[in-house]
Amino acid sequence: MSDFIEKKNSGQADINSVPFSEVEQPGPAPLAQQAKGFWVTFSSMFKKNQTVQYPDVKAPTQPRFHGRHQLNRHPDGLEKCIGCELCAWACPADAIYVEGGNNTPGNQLSPGERHGAVYQINYLRCIFCGLCVEACPTRALTMTNEYELADDKRQKLIFEKEDLLAPLRQGMLAPPHPMYPGMTDTDYYNGDVKEAHPSQAMNGDK
Amino acid sequence: MNTLNNAVLIAKDPGWLIAVKGVLVFAICVLCTLMAVWAERRVLAKMQLRTGPNRVGKFGLLQSLADGVKLALKEDIIPAAADKVVFILAPIIATSMCFMAFAVIPMTGEVNLFGQKTALQMTDLPVSVLYILAVTSIGVYGVVLAGWSSGSTYPLLGGLRSSAQVISYEIAMGLSLVAVFIYAGSMSTSTIVGSQHQHIWNAVVLFPSFVIYVISMVGETNRAPFDLAEAEGELVGGFHTEYSSLKFALFFLAEYVNIIAVSALATTLFLGGYHALPGLGFTESWLGGWFTLVWFFLKVIFFFFIFMWLRATLPRLRYDQFMKFGWKVLIPVSLVWILIVASLRVLQQEGAPRIATIAFAVGIVLLVMAASSLIDRSKAKARAPQPEGDAPNFPIPSLPEVNSINVSGGK
Repeated sequence: MSDFIEKKNSGQADINSVPFSEVEQPGPAPLAQQAKGFWVTFSSMFKKNQTVQYPDVKAPTQPRFHGRHQLNRHPDGLEKCIGCELCAWACPADAIYVEGGNNTPGNQLSPGERHGAVYQINYLRCIFCGLCVEACPTRALTMTNEYELADDKRQKLIFEKEDLLAPLRQGMLAPPHPMYPGMTDTDYYNGDVKEAHPSQAMNGDK
Repeated sequence: MNTLNNAVLIAKDPGWLIAVKGVLVFAICVLCTLMAVWAERRVLAKMQLRTGPNRVGKFGLLQSLADGVKLALKEDIIPAAADKVVFILAPIIATSMCFMAFAVIPMTGEVNLFGQKTALQMTDLPVSVLYILAVTSIGVYGVVLAGWSSGSTYPLLGGLRSSAQVISYEIAMGLSLVAVFIYAGSMSTSTIVGSQHQHIWNAVVLFPSFVIYVISMVGETNRAPFDLAEAEGELVGGFHTEYSSLKFALFFLAEYVNIIAVSALATTLFLGGYHALPGLGFTESWLGGWFTLVWFFLKVIFFFFIFMWLRATLPRLRYDQFMKFGWKVLIPVSLVWILIVASLRVLQQEGAPRIATIAFAVGIVLLVMAASSLIDRSKAKARAPQPEGDAPNFPIPSLPEVNSINVSGGK
């Protein structure tokens, strides 16, 4: 063993002759000062406690809290998502999977040529950074304040398009249906479509 | 009103009554543990501005019961490297020993139990306090053997720490009790309680002993700030790292029964045991004498509150500070204190004039003051500013002038 350790060159130094300067330790604080800490804990017992009784009481989040995602709709009910996959590319955690599809006269899900045919967000991977929302060119993807995203199966935490789509509101028609008569996808994008037109309702196929 | 000595009272207990009392004491201990765990979590939470467990039962009272059931239903793992027999034996030793300490604690005065005039104290030995010290130190074997038999590093460290800790604090504890023995003239718990009832609480007359006992009982039970044996931040769980399921529950139970046992001993030796507070003596006859049990447990709860308060306030000591405190402060102080108490006692018993006793006490006080002022002066001298030199003398590790250090130590 000692072969591995370099021999000292002279008698000048061994472990006991290494000079050191003593560090002065501050002595104990006066008793009254030490007792202060005990008063802190004791008096805390009579203060209002900070616990939120969570499942019973849900504290509202901040308005811009990053919660579950939502796929928004145009005011006539068509989906805003155009299946461009920019969200999936922006995602640093590789949590989003998108497959685009062509809009056909019989299956018009969004204005313009393309729609998101498959849209999945894996909440086991998502880090809620919001880069997908920044990347979305049509404001289709935004985040809600919903934070209760626990479940007992991994499969259940991969949210499909149906889980993420915003609900139909007043004046919206469930897609697929044709675009507003006389409007282009640019008009949709500019917000010129305010509600569904009666002719958009698909009463049976053409 | 409770003039009859408990020792005389319980001496003629029939066998079945002793058995009943044994079951009763056991039940009280287990119930106390359940309540203590709950109370500790609640009070600690309060001190940290939290709520604590409040879900299971009213105010979360059944939380520890639920935890116990959960623990019992968990998988019981014995590590492959463990020494199986000792591994199983260790929690049994730890638990059974701390229950045994309760056998000699007088919990009530004279009461009527199933038509028998008796007291809630299983037995009374002439050396019952020594007996308590003996069984609690056997309880340490549980901890040490658990650490050793786990076949794992952290438990071993925890077990070693705990044995060193309990041994050194038991000395201080024993020494603080010596003053009580000298003062009461007996080692029997019920006699000590009786002598305090006749005079005044030992916590008043033997205040230094009381303080030393309270400090060392925290060290003895491995509780914060002296919980070095199971220091979560350093040793994972200490001696019980490898334990699971019921065996872990046994250690848990042992810890809390131990706390209650040392609190009960403190109550008995220093706070007048089951007797009421001075001036409230009339309450002792309520409920046919059973109200003394309430007094007893009020005092035990007082000590338990101190345990919780310490845990909420103080950070854990470093190991060397802890040992230093035990050996260099507690033990010398209690030795000097015993000397003083013994001298005063001898002066009294030998019939020295009162003036001599008072002169002795005053002399001691003067001596202590002189010594402390000397210490202060030497400290002040050490703290005096150094004469100013050319370079500021910062405490930095100096650079070695050689590029190697001889570790073998050969000349």
